[in-house]
Amino acid sequence: MASQGLGKEQSIQEMIARSRNNKGKKFIEKLMPIILVITALISVLTTIGIVFTLIFETFEFFQRVSITDYLFGKEWLPFSGSEPLYGILPLVLGTLKVSVIAACVAVPLGIAAAIYLSEYASDKTRRTIKPILEVLAGVPTIVYGFFALTFVTPLLQELIPSLKIFNALSPGIVVGIMILPMIASLSEDAMSSVPNSIREGALALGATKLEVSIKVVLPAAISGIIASVVLAVSRAIGETMIVSLAGGATPTFDFNVTGSIQTMTAYIVQVSSGDAGYGTTIYYSIYAVGFTLFVFTLIMNLLAQYISKRFREEY
Amino acid sequence: MVELMNKTNKTETIKIKTPSELIGQSTPAVDKRSVFNTKNFNLWYGDHHALKDINLDIKENEVTAIIGPSGCGKSTYIKALNRMVELVPIVKTNGEINYRGRNILGASYEVEELRTRVGMVFQKPNPFPKSIYDNIAYGPRIHGIKNKKILDEIVEKSLRGAAIWDEVKDRLNQNAYGLSGGQQQRICIARCLAIEPDVILMDEPTSALDPISTLKVEELVQELKDNYSIIIVTHNMQQAARISDKTAFFLNGEVVEFDHTDKIFSTPKDQRTEDYISGRFG
Repeated sequence: MASQGLGKEQSIQEMIARSRNNKGKKFIEKLMPIILVITALISVLTTIGIVFTLIFETFEFFQRVSITDYLFGKEWLPFSGSEPLYGILPLVLGTLKVSVIAACVAVPLGIAAAIYLSEYASDKTRRTIKPILEVLAGVPTIVYGFFALTFVTPLLQELIPSLKIFNALSPGIVVGIMILPMIASLSEDAMSSVPNSIREGALALGATKLEVSIKVVLPAAISGIIASVVLAVSRAIGETMIVSLAGGATPTFDFNVTGSIQTMTAYIVQVSSGDAGYGTTIYYSIYAVGFTLFVFTLIMNLLAQYISKRFREEY
Repeated sequence: MVELMNKTNKTETIKIKTPSELIGQSTPAVDKRSVFNTKNFNLWYGDHHALKDINLDIKENEVTAIIGPSGCGKSTYIKALNRMVELVPIVKTNGEINYRGRNILGASYEVEELRTRVGMVFQKPNPFPKSIYDNIAYGPRIHGIKNKKILDEIVEKSLRGAAIWDEVKDRLNQNAYGLSGGQQQRICIARCLAIEPDVILMDEPTSALDPISTLKVEELVQELKDNYSIIIVTHNMQQAARISDKTAFFLNGEVVEFDHTDKIFSTPKDQRTEDYISGRFG
């Protein structure tokens, strides 16, 4: 070991061998995968824990309320003293009204914005607009809620005099505005990742820019666009603050969007912030509603996976 | 559309594609055999003078090869011919490129119209992520042909024209990306044929292909020149010698020599051409 300690005389291979035999390094090499598995497990186990809590408490709820009454009941009156009614349909309908309105606002606008950003905007414009979109996505939902209640609702009342102060339309539109940046940004990502060579192929056939955008780039990016829409609609379904503030607390079973509604999430807020005692039926009902909500978003995600797989255009 | 339906075989296609018909009545009668007549054409990428005073007269129903070392401007030149070069935002040009007697750089020339007449095949096969059928039908569809029967005919004819019909006829509804590179390139050629262009530009069409696929594409070029004028950029001098009628040698953005291919390869006039084709540089 004459060369030890003197860098010049030590061959590179010797140095490499020494580094490889370093005990500490070997230990870390063995330890790291274990740590990484644990961190991965934490998130998985938390999710499983949440789902199980939901299931157990929901099960408790169905000991007290019949499952058919819950699933098919058209009246949700948990607070009506002697004879409470737990029919989920009005709440589901409230959620659907808001989500459908939101999607009607956000999907066309979001995709149009994505087409502009990906196909038409200059690099400079894109670099300016995308961060702004992402800031918009970071606005706290309570702010959107106030925006809906104090600005959008009065504005809409000018147009539709019969509009109630609490209604489905205003929070629907504002939830749409909230999820719009998500659709625009994610769809833009999907469209930008379509290789340029494909655009050139279409342009070389005499296609106009619009034809390239609509008939080549959009279909090629459709799986990413669908994924963004479903993700955004899932957020709309789960959105809480806006609908609690501007939607009202009247579960109704009709298709009217001008009157007060209550969504599944808004009901959970109402009960959680109220004084329903632990162990009461009302207390368990929020788990049942939460579980229903979970099933909804789960179905949405599975649907999205199926659709995006079916429509995927490989390139 | 009537024209398309009538063209059931190649012989008829040749008859229909006479130069006078292609030029039409309104165009002034310049040299009728000339497809692309480039006069004093200059092109800059920002400050970089990429093409310097190009003068080339490319004739119809010939294969014109453009050779030269990397960075000599040969790809830039053929991309200027269908104005694809304009996709680079910093490009500036002056001079004239006359396609069938009309300057394509003129303000009134619609680039989409030009590109329906002048098709292009790219270096890397770039089929659309669609079925083989939809790839071929894309061009006719965007130009307004919707009738399924006519489209079926166009698809079959174009695929036959690109010598790939027999390989794909049973899987027209499968994604074009499932094909091999050489097949994809022939799909791209078929896609180009589907709108019956006048000129086909080929930008190193075989550089990403294996030798057998290359051979097939070369044979195809030989067949296509009966009906189309072909301008092909190639890195491969043997390829230029094998398939082209005329060859232009580009160097540092200039045309060094442009002549019949056999002359370029046997008795070049310019020393630099001789050096290049004998492999002394490039």
